[in-house]
Amino acid sequence: MSPAELSQLLHRHHGDPNRLLQMLREVQAAAGWVSPEVITELAKGLTLPRARVEGVATFYTLLATRPRGEYQVLFADNIIERFHGSVALRERLCAALGVAPGALRPDGRVSVGTTSCIGLSDQPASLLVNGLAIARLTVERVDAIAALIGQRAPLDQWPAELFHVDEPIRRAGLLLGAHLEPGAAVRAALARSSEALLEELKRSKLRGRGGAGFSTHDKWRAARDAPGPTRFVVCNADEGEPGTFKDRTLLRRQLDAVLDGMTVAAHAIGAQRGFIYLRGEYLFIAPAIEAALAARRAAHLLGRDVLGRTGFDFDLELHLGAGAYVCGEESALLESLEGRRGIPRRRPPYPVTHGYLQRPTVVNNVETFASVAHVALAGGARFAELGTERSTGTRVHSVSGDCARPGLYELPMGASVRELLDACGAEAPIQAVQVGGPSRTLLSPRELDRALCFEDLPSAGAFMVFGPQRDLLEVVASFARFFAHESCGFCTPCRVGTTQLQGAVDALVGGRGTRRDVRHALRLCALMRDASHCGLGTTAGRPFMQLYEKFKPTIERSLSSLEFRPTFDLDEALAPARALTGRDDERAHLEDP
Amino acid sequence: MKKLKVATASLAGCFGCHMSLLDIDERLFTLLEKVELDRSPLTDFKQFGPCDLGLVEGGLCNAENVEVLRELRRHCKVLVAVGACAINGGLPAQRNHLDVRECLTSVYGRTVPDDPELPLPLDRVHAINDVVKVDYFLPGCPPSAEALWHFLDDFLNGRTPHLGHGLISYD
Ligand SMILES: Cc1cc2nc3c(=O)[nH]c(=O)nc-3n(C[C@H](O)[C@H](O)[C@H](O)COP(=O)(O)O)c2cc1C
Ligand code: SF4
Ligand code: SF4
Repeated sequence: MSPAELSQLLHRHHGDPNRLLQMLREVQAAAGWVSPEVITELAKGLTLPRARVEGVATFYTLLATRPRGEYQVLFADNIIERFHGSVALRERLCAALGVAPGALRPDGRVSVGTTSCIGLSDQPASLLVNGLAIARLTVERVDAIAALIGQRAPLDQWPAELFHVDEPIRRAGLLLGAHLEPGAAVRAALARSSEALLEELKRSKLRGRGGAGFSTHDKWRAARDAPGPTRFVVCNADEGEPGTFKDRTLLRRQLDAVLDGMTVAAHAIGAQRGFIYLRGEYLFIAPAIEAALAARRAAHLLGRDVLGRTGFDFDLELHLGAGAYVCGEESALLESLEGRRGIPRRRPPYPVTHGYLQRPTVVNNVETFASVAHVALAGGARFAELGTERSTGTRVHSVSGDCARPGLYELPMGASVRELLDACGAEAPIQAVQVGGPSRTLLSPRELDRALCFEDLPSAGAFMVFGPQRDLLEVVASFARFFAHESCGFCTPCRVGTTQLQGAVDALVGGRGTRRDVRHALRLCALMRDASHCGLGTTAGRPFMQLYEKFKPTIERSLSSLEFRPTFDLDEALAPARALTGRDDERAHLEDP
Repeated sequence: MKKLKVATASLAGCFGCHMSLLDIDERLFTLLEKVELDRSPLTDFKQFGPCDLGLVEGGLCNAENVEVLRELRRHCKVLVAVGACAINGGLPAQRNHLDVRECLTSVYGRTVPDDPELPLPLDRVHAINDVVKVDYFLPGCPPSAEALWHFLDDFLNGRTPHLGHGLISYD
């Protein structure tokens, strides 16, 4: 990047350090990587320590601090994608392009790596090329991609069809079935005082859809009552939990409901500004969001005096993440919004009093805001008619895995697991269902009558079905890999624990596991649960613990020995030195006892 | 009371952990009233005999390290990994991001000696509990004389070793 381009970039972002991540994203898009020189210049331009800029640049998976090629391909490495042959497809692409997995081709043209779930497990396998998603990979599609890269075709000249992402809505309800006029819910909200609006919200008993299920009314009221002149509304569209993609669909099919919901929140708590924090992997949705924001400004749904209400000034900005699951955690998200590494803050104080720029801030999930629009329109009581006593409304489930019809299913809260399995065409016998992604619940076939709601199975909406042909140990290994990769490294129990857990599970998968590994893994799981700083670490051991609890023989039959066994092949470890020295004498070998 | 037999070994380490043991100073006399040293860099015996306790400094960098470690494990009831190198590979494991072939050729040039007396290096440096079962881990680089003494004192008196506050420091 030339100095002129850099100074333009700084100018466009008003030299605001809070926008550092956005600037780095633009550098990445323009130059293909963030070079040491750029880091130095940005640090100077923003008067930040260089280490601060470098720290941010190295934190996010989608930012490259080494050249990664003109074409940077990242295969989604979720277990669902693996079961759909993503490993073979990746190898095929690597072979066609003559590039080693994970490496940069010597001519600097292309690299092929992996990344965590990119929110497309309903249409696997999938990948990102220079940040743009391509789904439904087949041998033919992979060959087409190889050919395009081979011809050095610019991305904007690739067939548009390649980038098409489906939205398989199999069952629509209150949210997905709605046809809302942009601004309808804002109008309905403005007809009430903010106090009356909060009362409606209380009546609705709406609980957050991001996972924890906190009362939306309580959160908003706390933010409104917090002292301070400015307030913020943030939409959490980071959707990083493997197997979850319903926010993608809501943003593409019900965007105005979401934006209405955010504007309603601004009215309720007295906020002036808001952000949509969109995960970097959803870059393909960004243009539509920008267009909708522009249209809403033109229609006076955003900006000064929204809908002619004097003094109600509210505007929204789109921020993109850059590949970090932990940034879905609300305080890490706020750090990231402020242009820093996504390291969770110490809580309390909570975002409702000390959020963005330490000001009162409401952070809600995409689906929560979409639900809010309906509460504003039809009233809290109507909303509360749906669902159960303590989980009102509907839930959009992201269904993937071994079933005939993966996709989106909106059901009233409290529907049973069995109902959803029937709806998606999952054939009996089922081996297991993972509800809510790796951080939540692994269900055995004995538990199919459990209810999908906060009282029983809290979830951020993921629903992965595993048929009898699948190796659950491989599933858990994939989850362990995910947590080890996504741990932000801030606290020792999680930083060390997730990596050691991955090692122990990999030993079991590789047929070298012993009882010692199982014991060690269980100890780690408990330690992480009890001693980690944030929800990532406290849940990272769940998959293994639940596998042990519900599918013990799956672990036991993988044990290589009940006693101790070396964790690696000793004789193999001498092979490189043996080859170099040409030795083959007795002392040049080590036996595996 | 019968004296406990204790062996020690230094694998891929720097002898810092052994030095730390000597740093218990006059308590060495107390120690020697209760233990008898078996094979150890401090005795120069060539073979391990049956032992109650084995202390290992250093990780596994080559075939000989593995052989010595296994030999020691076979001979002792309780094995302790002493110091960062034994526990995690420590400083020598810094070579793990390099290819062992490159390490050898950059040291020896094109002809790497094939003398069977020279132990072959492993492709990566490993912690000792990657290869044998370890009963206790005594962290530190090196563990302080105080920590070592505490551990030995507990062990010799039949108490479950417990390193309290101040005896372990992490990075
Ligand atoms: C590691 C981690 C990742 C999270 N990821 C998300 C996410 O991607 N989207 C989301 O809405 N909430 C996520 N959350 C929950 C948020 O911290 C927060 O509770 C939520 O955004 C609040 O919104 P709600 O009340 O509408 O559910 C995550 C939490 C943790 C601990
Ligand atoms: S638990 Fe993990 S993700 Fe959370 S702060 Fe600690 S290291 Fe970071
Ligand atoms: S742990 Fe430290 S003192 Fe002990 S051998 Fe290793 S480097 Fe030396």
